[in-house]
Amino acid sequence: MTDTAWIDAALTSARPQAVGALLRYFRNLDTAEEAFQNACLRALKSWPQNGPPRDPAAWLIMVGRNVAIDDIRRNRKQEPLPEDEAISDLDDAEEALAERLDGSHYRDDILRLLFICCHPDLPATQQIALALRIVSGLTVKQIARAFLVTEAAMEQRITRAKARVADADVPFETPGAVERTERLSAVAAMIYLIFNEGYSASGDTVEIRAPLCEEAIRLARLLLRLFQSEPEIMGLTALLMLQHARAAARFDAEGALVLLDDQDRSLWNQKMIAEGLALIDKAMRHRQSGPYQIQAAIAALHARAAKPEDTDWTQIDLLYGALEIMQPSPVVTLNRAVAVSKVRGPEAALEMIEPLASRLSNYFHFFGVRGAFLMQLGRNEEARVAFDRAIALANTSAEAAHIRMHLDRLMRDSQPQGAKAGK
Amino acid sequence: MLYAILCYHDEDTVGSWTKEQDAAVMKKLAVVQDKLTKQGRLGPVARLLPTTSATTLRKDDPPLVIDGPYAETKEQLLGFYVIDCKNLDEALDVARDLGAANPGGAYEIRPVGVLNPGSIKP
Repeated sequence: MTDTAWIDAALTSARPQAVGALLRYFRNLDTAEEAFQNACLRALKSWPQNGPPRDPAAWLIMVGRNVAIDDIRRNRKQEPLPEDEAISDLDDAEEALAERLDGSHYRDDILRLLFICCHPDLPATQQIALALRIVSGLTVKQIARAFLVTEAAMEQRITRAKARVADADVPFETPGAVERTERLSAVAAMIYLIFNEGYSASGDTVEIRAPLCEEAIRLARLLLRLFQSEPEIMGLTALLMLQHARAAARFDAEGALVLLDDQDRSLWNQKMIAEGLALIDKAMRHRQSGPYQIQAAIAALHARAAKPEDTDWTQIDLLYGALEIMQPSPVVTLNRAVAVSKVRGPEAALEMIEPLASRLSNYFHFFGVRGAFLMQLGRNEEARVAFDRAIALANTSAEAAHIRMHLDRLMRDSQPQGAKAGK
Repeated sequence: MLYAILCYHDEDTVGSWTKEQDAAVMKKLAVVQDKLTKQGRLGPVARLLPTTSATTLRKDDPPLVIDGPYAETKEQLLGFYVIDCKNLDEALDVARDLGAANPGGAYEIRPVGVLNPGSIKP
């Protein structure tokens, strides 16, 4: 690593704790962020000469707080920053301060920081943008790039989200157990959204959006380290890792989507899979099932199958059944139907999804899946209608291209086989 | 005399390495390991998965299972085992047996990511 790379890494990993603590002191997001920025500037000057402090986060909190207080005292007169020596006895104070930053405090500091990004009035995209800016410390430019919008548009989106959060009145007292659980679940959902932003990228954008998946995993790990006994946080982290482990196999050289059955499994990241499997294993011991754990368990069954035909579809069907009870949704039923088609055949699967037609009438995957079942049953004309509808509803060019591939196969097959396919 | 070398580093830092950076470090380490192997001096080498995948068994009576790594500082690391298990439950069973044979203290159980069994014959 180069000379400054270790500083960047240290600043990034200290950021949630430092900004979280500064927010607790100043109770104002802008002041906290500015204080952190100033502390970082000083770190860049001081750390290369003096070496890294024993506790970088404590150092940044201390320096950030002092600089901000000085600023406030001088009534924000435009003066150059005070010399480093003017900041009182950094080294002596560091130890005492680090002790005051007890574990229970910093857990809630970070959770609060994540939680303010999850304000229910904020649309999902704003929640994510705000979290990436405030918690992860990505630049507006980086976030704009990942969201495929201009920097100005993203700047505006973040400013608006911040204004709304500032009015929201997040309580700064240490949260009670119930409140902490609520915050944790809102934050988990937000992290999952960040991941999905990256995961739902199409082939041509995957390279610039994949970092969102990595950032989501980093935040999930952070949360898990703070709340080590929460099976759902273990489940969430496992789920993200097991899905992201397949990243290299999900698109072909032309950027077209490759479905699970057709993926080159040797491209799967085995190290990430091992960690995901270990985590879901650990979560299951708690016998407190939850949606993230179930989805992770499903992803684990795919990860454990060396070949597509080794997949334990019966177990996957059961797991989706459990998820349907916990989180009833037509999309879950649709996913379950895919497992059912493998276990009991396309006829049973088709029967299962017919009642969803009205609720999923604008959902790309519904028509893609329906078309596939119909095709397997040899009902090619109906399959073609479903695939046409799917293409019309496709969200990305990769999705459309994938369905077109099915259609082409259908055209090829239906000429010689048309007669015997009819029932 | 056999010596164990215990590896410590900041998990955040190591975790933030790119795949390429990680591979480059592993490659450089492999050179050192190969040299030792040729000399017949290398025993087992293990790279553990992150502490988020750790579980701790406190050897109280009855033993207590806690999520997360071993966090106390008043006890010291005195040794380690590498065992082959189907899942965490099996590993915990082994740890309980060991704990019954030698009560007091704790075992931290961590999945092994990479293992080189080595060739040493003491």
